[in-house]
Amino acid sequence: MAPIHRRQFGRFVEQAGSIFITLFGLLILTFVIGRIMPNDPVRAIVGEDATREVYENVYRQLGFDRPVWEQFLLYLRDVVQFDFGTAIRTGQPVLTDILHVLPATIELATFAILVGAGLGIPLGVAAAIKKDRWQDQLIRVFSLMGHSMPIFWTGMIGLLIFYAGLGWVGGSGRMSQFYIGLVPERTNFLLIDSALAGAWEVFWSALNHIVLPASLLGYSSAAYITRMTRSFMLDQINQEYVTTARVKGLSANQTVWRHAFGNIRVQLVTIVALAYGSLLEGAVLIETVFAWPGFGQYLTSNLLIGDMNAVMTCVLIVGVIFIALNLISDLLYRIFDPRTR
Amino acid sequence: MTEKTPYATRPAPDLEWLRSLRNIVLYLARTPTSAFGLLVLVVLVLAAVFCPLIATHDPYLQDLQNTLAPPGGAHYFGTDELGRDIFSRLLYGSRITLTIISLVTIVVGPIGLFVGTVAGYFGGRVDMVMMRLTDIFLSFPSLILSLAFVAALGPSLNNAIIAISLTAWPPIARLARAETMTIRKADYIAAARLQGASPARIIWRSVVPMCLPSVLIRLTLNMATVILTAAGLGFLGLGAQPPMPEWGAMIATGRRYMIDSWWLVTFPGLSILAVSLAFNLLGDGLRDALDPKQMNRR
Repeated sequence: MAPIHRRQFGRFVEQAGSIFITLFGLLILTFVIGRIMPNDPVRAIVGEDATREVYENVYRQLGFDRPVWEQFLLYLRDVVQFDFGTAIRTGQPVLTDILHVLPATIELATFAILVGAGLGIPLGVAAAIKKDRWQDQLIRVFSLMGHSMPIFWTGMIGLLIFYAGLGWVGGSGRMSQFYIGLVPERTNFLLIDSALAGAWEVFWSALNHIVLPASLLGYSSAAYITRMTRSFMLDQINQEYVTTARVKGLSANQTVWRHAFGNIRVQLVTIVALAYGSLLEGAVLIETVFAWPGFGQYLTSNLLIGDMNAVMTCVLIVGVIFIALNLISDLLYRIFDPRTR
Repeated sequence: MTEKTPYATRPAPDLEWLRSLRNIVLYLARTPTSAFGLLVLVVLVLAAVFCPLIATHDPYLQDLQNTLAPPGGAHYFGTDELGRDIFSRLLYGSRITLTIISLVTIVVGPIGLFVGTVAGYFGGRVDMVMMRLTDIFLSFPSLILSLAFVAALGPSLNNAIIAISLTAWPPIARLARAETMTIRKADYIAAARLQGASPARIIWRSVVPMCLPSVLIRLTLNMATVILTAAGLGFLGLGAQPPMPEWGAMIATGRRYMIDSWWLVTFPGLSILAVSLAFNLLGDGLRDALDPKQMNRR
């Protein structure tokens, strides 16, 4: 037992070290990007007709008169203390803002990954079973289609058809205008909040609004999940135990779902975790289309007014989420796969 | 001096991979999905080259008497809010798309090759530092990182191309490194080293040519992502600026008139979808054609 533990501990230390270095590099990157901006950050704060004195004051306050490495150390100090400065638009600390909008995006992304996995995994399995037949080709085109659509455009067309045309779903935003402010904010996950408050009308309205953006986002991530599922499944189907199970008299469906599927579960979990991270990218665009008050909209609205401080904090947080998801998928792999124990 | 050194018989790659390229194209043309991809790309290139001849109107010419006209005989895809012909604008937009694709390729290929081959050839500490750098860039979704770069540099088409290039090189570098690692120990490299060739010469003359085919394929695979990122930046107003007929930007302006005039957003969106799907299908086909492991499974 002991040597295994030591080896695991060693791997843990190695991994922690590599995460630390990546995080540090992330900070350097955000710092550098934040500095190469051609627009003057001091001007953005003091305004066009500030006196020279005021300008100089702010200039010094922000630490621009110091050498670059000292500025970086100051930046590092702020980050370690979770002090990301104040957003120009809201006048609140950036971190408070982000924590406020993040639940909306998590809600959207979680629904989307349910759609993506719910679509991608069965399709991938079906494609593997019907390898090279027309079903396989059809599934390939269908899933690549989702991957090739510009998500902001799909969102508009979706709104045009299902909201304006058919009236099946709610339009922009997280709920109907009518209900805004009715439910007390507790977790800021609207579905949870409204359920907690027992406001079922709000709950339905929220559900009605999330269906379309989440489905489109999920469809866009289904391609990756389908492809990976198909390839994992093909690996299994070619193995002897599958033949054995078939010889024993199990039907093709039973063999695939009872035996082969169990063996690809672990790989699928890690794939889905990674796909979850890439949903953030789509969220930036689809939130703009659906006026979804989440992380993506916060990022783009600050981009347009040139608040680099808020933007770089968003970028930093996305990077951290990505690293965390990688770590989680790695961990899940180790927990679920007995061979790695 | 006249006799050729017998041991420097590196396989002449040029002819051989031209032939295999022809085989690949033939293979792709046989599969319906990749054939569709090839077809769309040929149409795209033809549209870009001949757009002054095909276009029915000047893409920048405003006609305020005739705004938001629905698709019909005079304007195949209708007109936009300033009365400009959407069909002609789409045609000229294909030039922008092709510009983005080729510039990104020209920038990303060499950077990725340089980082990858140098890291792979020297190994050790150089490798560690360079790959760590690559990993940091890889730890962002490409759109978010491009957003940050464009925000810092200022919105314009050129800056969008720079930003996309800055985020697109890491996968290339990883691939070139993997290729380099497999040939680093080969006899002909050792022979070159014994002849006294400098590392720079060995990398340039012996390593890079061997990495080139797989890097080119990988670049093709990435084009779908590049196109979608560029369109996304254009949509957010960070890419090509009006009045340029960039497809993403056209969707952004058309959004305001979407409910009454569906054609403003539909056709540019379909164009983006077609090109990006073409690259995806082509990439999928290429992967099947070239990956022996996948071949066995098929």
